[in-house]
Amino acid sequence: MRELRAGYGHTRVLHGIDFAMEPGSITALLGANGAGKTTTLRALCGMVSTEGEVRFSGESIARRRTEDIARLGIAHVPDGRGTFLNLTTEENLRLGAYVRRDRRNVEPDLERVYGYFPRLRERRRQQAGTLSGGEQQMLAVSRALMLAPKLMLLDEPSFGLAPLIVRELFNILRRINQAEGVSMLLVEQNAAMALELADHAYLIETGRMVLAGSAAALKQDDAVRKSYLGY
Amino acid sequence: MDALLFQVLAGLATGGIYASLALALVMIYQATHLVNFAQGEMAMFTTYLAWSLISAGMPYWAAFVITIALGFALGALIERIVIRPVENAPVLAVVVVFIALLVILNSIAGWIYTYTIKAFPSPFPKEPLFGIRYMSAHELGAIGITLVVLTTLYLFFRYTPLGLAMRAVAQNPQSSRLVGIRVGWMLALGWGLAAAVGAVAGMMVAPIVYLDPNMMGGILLYAFAAALLGGIDSPMGAVIGGFTVGVLENLLGAFVIGNELKLTVALVLIVGVLLVRPSGFFGSVHVSRV
Ligand SMILES: Nc1ncnc2c1ncn2[C@@H]1O[C@H](COP(=O)(O)OP(=O)(O)OP(=O)(O)O)[C@@H](O)[C@H]1O
Ligand SMILES: [Mg+2]
Repeated sequence: MRELRAGYGHTRVLHGIDFAMEPGSITALLGANGAGKTTTLRALCGMVSTEGEVRFSGESIARRRTEDIARLGIAHVPDGRGTFLNLTTEENLRLGAYVRRDRRNVEPDLERVYGYFPRLRERRRQQAGTLSGGEQQMLAVSRALMLAPKLMLLDEPSFGLAPLIVRELFNILRRINQAEGVSMLLVEQNAAMALELADHAYLIETGRMVLAGSAAALKQDDAVRKSYLGY
Repeated sequence: MDALLFQVLAGLATGGIYASLALALVMIYQATHLVNFAQGEMAMFTTYLAWSLISAGMPYWAAFVITIALGFALGALIERIVIRPVENAPVLAVVVVFIALLVILNSIAGWIYTYTIKAFPSPFPKEPLFGIRYMSAHELGAIGITLVVLTTLYLFFRYTPLGLAMRAVAQNPQSSRLVGIRVGWMLALGWGLAAAVGAVAGMMVAPIVYLDPNMMGGILLYAFAAALLGGIDSPMGAVIGGFTVGVLENLLGAFVIGNELKLTVALVLIVGVLLVRPSGFFGSVHVSRV
């Protein structure tokens, strides 16, 4: 991502963001409320109007349509979960695999996702709108997994989850990352846990990248510690 | 007793036509949250195309199939060319576009085919089918065709990936894009399907009401009443509403208020439903926060 600018209508929110991710790595994107984290993820998926350059596997994807970007293997767990409320849990998951060409692997993947989140298997025929907030969060992550993505964009996946479940979710994310080599860009309020999971991290403040480095280095950084880790 | 049964069965036949058209309205409504006032004229126009094909010597069922395909193409084209540009326009602007579409289709049909009433053939024999004397063969056949159309649509939406994707788009376009669904094409597909269903309804009703550019005016009103009765966002409701309105119309027309006032039934139903149960009997209740 180079010199990425983005906004809503006439309001510019991102003022030129540069960052890079290594394939197979987990990158955390930290920042205060309203810093532009969600907007950065939306810009990557063509959900907001952008200027600047975005490349994915050497291919320019800036200003491509959202659906085409998804077809390249970028799965977005959006802010607010994006559940199809009137469809069943399983229909939600099948939609995640809608564009896949390897139809044969969809059923095994469905089983695998149910393996990660047994709760969803119990609720497979239930209307997704009746799932609890945490269950819908699991569903959103699972729907993204069903795309068999190369890159996952996760917008506060821990939002609304009990601490124990968050830990479980992060363990699952690590397993997915290690077992399947899925790269992840993780936006989190929970900076401590995000830095524990991530290899690299960026800090964003009012639409600008202000700090970058390995997760370990950022954990030691005084400013980060004071503002985001609270010690 | 016989007379009652007779009226009920005849009501089911026209009810099936209202049901189809109501379903077409619901399909468009789910995608756009607007009622397509031009749905009836689109059906009328495709029925004229069928008439042209049959008059040119094509066998009925070949013309039937081709007309459905043409209807589909017409619907999809209208979405791409007329509706797409006003996608984000204010509601009132889109309503004006729908009404313009209605007037334009009506005038083009009048211009090409004139406003003189034409007979439209039925594919079914003159004698009653299976010795059923309560219904004409056409009425029975029309019910059969309607049921085939409705079942096919149900199976399509319920069990195919494409049907699932279309339901997803109707609910949450943003999330649909994120899983890679081409939302624009799904909307065009929805319009195409709705117009194809309308085409069948037009061909089934034309032998009864005869073919003329204004033939669908009253029928659309009944279909609208049916869709509202069932709940404008419920496909199943629209179908049940359609049959209900058909039977009610016939019974009230025959035994209570006479044929002249029949159309009033539709209007009373529309107003009544809007007053008593704005979301219909099967629709989801919308509560807006204040
Ligand atoms: N749909 C929108 N229309 C207009 N402005 C928006 C919209 N969404 C976000 N903004 C503005 O863009 C800025 C950045 O918002 P963004 O959602 O990217 O922040 P964030 O870093 O994700 O914050 P949070 O941690 O609260 O989720 C905010 O000032 C916000 O008001
Ligand atoms: Mg956010």
